[in-house]
Amino acid sequence: MAMQIFNTLTGIAAPCFEPNIDTDKLIPHRFLRKPLSAGYRNFLFHDQRFKPDGTPVQSFILNREPYTKAQILVAGSNFGCGSTREGAVYALLDFGFRAVIAPSFGDIFEANCLQNGLLPVRLSETVVKALSDWLEDKTGATVAIDLQTQTVVLPDDTEHTFNIDPERKRRMLKGLDDIGITLEFEKEIQDFEDIYKSRMTWLPNMEHHR
Amino acid sequence: MVSEARTLFDKIWDLHLIAQPAPKGEALLYVDWNLVHEGPFYAFDGLKQSGRKLRRPLQTLAFADHYVPTTQRELGSAGASDSEARNMIDQLEANAKRTQIVHWGINHNQQGIMHVVGPELGLAQPGMLISGADSHTTTYGAFGALGYGVGASQVEHILATQTVWYLRPKQMRINVTGHLPIGVTAKDLILAIIAKIGIGGGAGHVIEFAGSTISALSMEARMTLCNMSLESGARAGMIAPDDTTFSYLHATQYAPKGPAWDKALQFWKTLPTDDDARNDIEHSIDASELEPMVTWGTNQDEAVPVSGLVPDPATFSDPKRRVRGEAALQYMQLKPGMAIQDIKIDRVFIGSCTNGRIEDLRQAAHVAKGRKAVVPTLVVPGSMSVKRAAEAEGLDKLFIEAGFEWRSPGCSMCTGSNGDKVPAGERCASTSNRNFVGRQGPGSRTHLVSPAMAATAAISGHLADVRKLT
Repeated sequence: MAMQIFNTLTGIAAPCFEPNIDTDKLIPHRFLRKPLSAGYRNFLFHDQRFKPDGTPVQSFILNREPYTKAQILVAGSNFGCGSTREGAVYALLDFGFRAVIAPSFGDIFEANCLQNGLLPVRLSETVVKALSDWLEDKTGATVAIDLQTQTVVLPDDTEHTFNIDPERKRRMLKGLDDIGITLEFEKEIQDFEDIYKSRMTWLPNMEHHR
Repeated sequence: MVSEARTLFDKIWDLHLIAQPAPKGEALLYVDWNLVHEGPFYAFDGLKQSGRKLRRPLQTLAFADHYVPTTQRELGSAGASDSEARNMIDQLEANAKRTQIVHWGINHNQQGIMHVVGPELGLAQPGMLISGADSHTTTYGAFGALGYGVGASQVEHILATQTVWYLRPKQMRINVTGHLPIGVTAKDLILAIIAKIGIGGGAGHVIEFAGSTISALSMEARMTLCNMSLESGARAGMIAPDDTTFSYLHATQYAPKGPAWDKALQFWKTLPTDDDARNDIEHSIDASELEPMVTWGTNQDEAVPVSGLVPDPATFSDPKRRVRGEAALQYMQLKPGMAIQDIKIDRVFIGSCTNGRIEDLRQAAHVAKGRKAVVPTLVVPGSMSVKRAAEAEGLDKLFIEAGFEWRSPGCSMCTGSNGDKVPAGERCASTSNRNFVGRQGPGSRTHLVSPAMAATAAISGHLADVRKLT
């Protein structure tokens, strides 16, 4: 997937305030063999959203209106813990999510979000819990996120700021992918490699093992 | 000028630092090895679409492991469980061929799980920075390397640039002292550590395991420990290289030879953490107090000693752990207060990148010898080399006589992506690394244990204490 620009967003927020939602829950491993062209939307939370015969579990929040159009997920701490599978991010994006608000994220998952333009928003446990409770009461309430000012406006009109690495923010605002930026460091990489390889002469050389 | 005391991690960081545009921002680091399996095909597709080339094809290594079948291997990928699994195996081979990277494919005589093959060939060496398209790339920390997992976009970035952007993590040191009691292994140690610090307890940190217990561990045991370090949320787990590391490496295919060995060794010996280096957090564990551990829930910190009881989440002081403990018990169909050893199991899996090495199989075989499995039990060696070594020792015959199934290498029932699944509603004692809901197959229930404890469960039909076998 290409990096998607994130600037501002006002969207329906779906409360899913459960801690440690792992990558196996977000997308079971058996869907990671599917090409992106297959669409990853229905793989998201698959085994909670669908019964073994494939029919939707009506009580699951993302199967209920208006949450099929939700753009912001409000989740518990350590969201996305587990594996490196970027399919978890692809599934969230393909469903329509552009941001996840949680007290904390799995490290690899957060890195994967930043590679694709899915904004991870860290707010305190207390604020996220209160937001989640509010959303449970007020179906379809919206949350507004402004990346430039690093602010979130909740349905009760309270405003909260969040932290993001300034460079990651810049890349997301402009939709820049990492490779293009890194290639601007070509001279530094080449100089580094020359010195490194002249020093670490014992490193394995796979030239004759292909 | 007095040079500042540095940790093992600091030294590897300094060695690989190319640029740090913002002092508190991400740094650009050099990657020694980029490891891929069938999963990150998106990275190869992305590179193809953008027309970018691999910067250093010789520094990416590809391993067929997640989708390879563990039976009928003479058929090659045609023996895969279904056409999609076959496509994953073939697709990796095609991508490897096209991009000229070294590939341990399904028919290779050294094929196996990437985190088993890399170390046994001597590709993981002290001081290296190794990134992999798999969270258990932390395994390489056992060699005093920095190993960690990345997603497909970052794999694509490394293919194109041989570098990675990395936010400097905090550092945690876990000191382990005391002798591990008989029947207690590195698997039990890491489960006890995760139970202590919690599954988010390592978040944002790199862990260094140190202390007399760690120094006494074999390389296989160190790999088990570092392999699961990320289940605490940590970016990586590491152990300083020492004589155990060097003697293991010396016998391997890709270790430096002759004068190059001497030069490497001289460098490797400079890597351990300096005496007065500082960490952000320190924990201490007394290994002599540990017992074999069993997970009862659906996260790895939900673990108790085998002699214990299924806990009552209502008694948990942390409300978050209470809520998820209750959900876990419901999923696992367990009641608070029942003895762990009264939990009946339907199936056993021995294998994975956590516990699929020769020492693991020996520990399981020691229990299986002369006994009979009463539930279906799968033994899947971590690599072809492990399989050959086990067969040379007669472990295969011993397992087969005990009614255990002896299979060919791969990730197998850890994720079930090759078709080796735990059927819905069944309960599996497993030596793998994740007891997440549905991890081993939709509706599967997993109890994580050591290889010896898995074999004990296989012959008992319930979770049982390996120390009580007569």
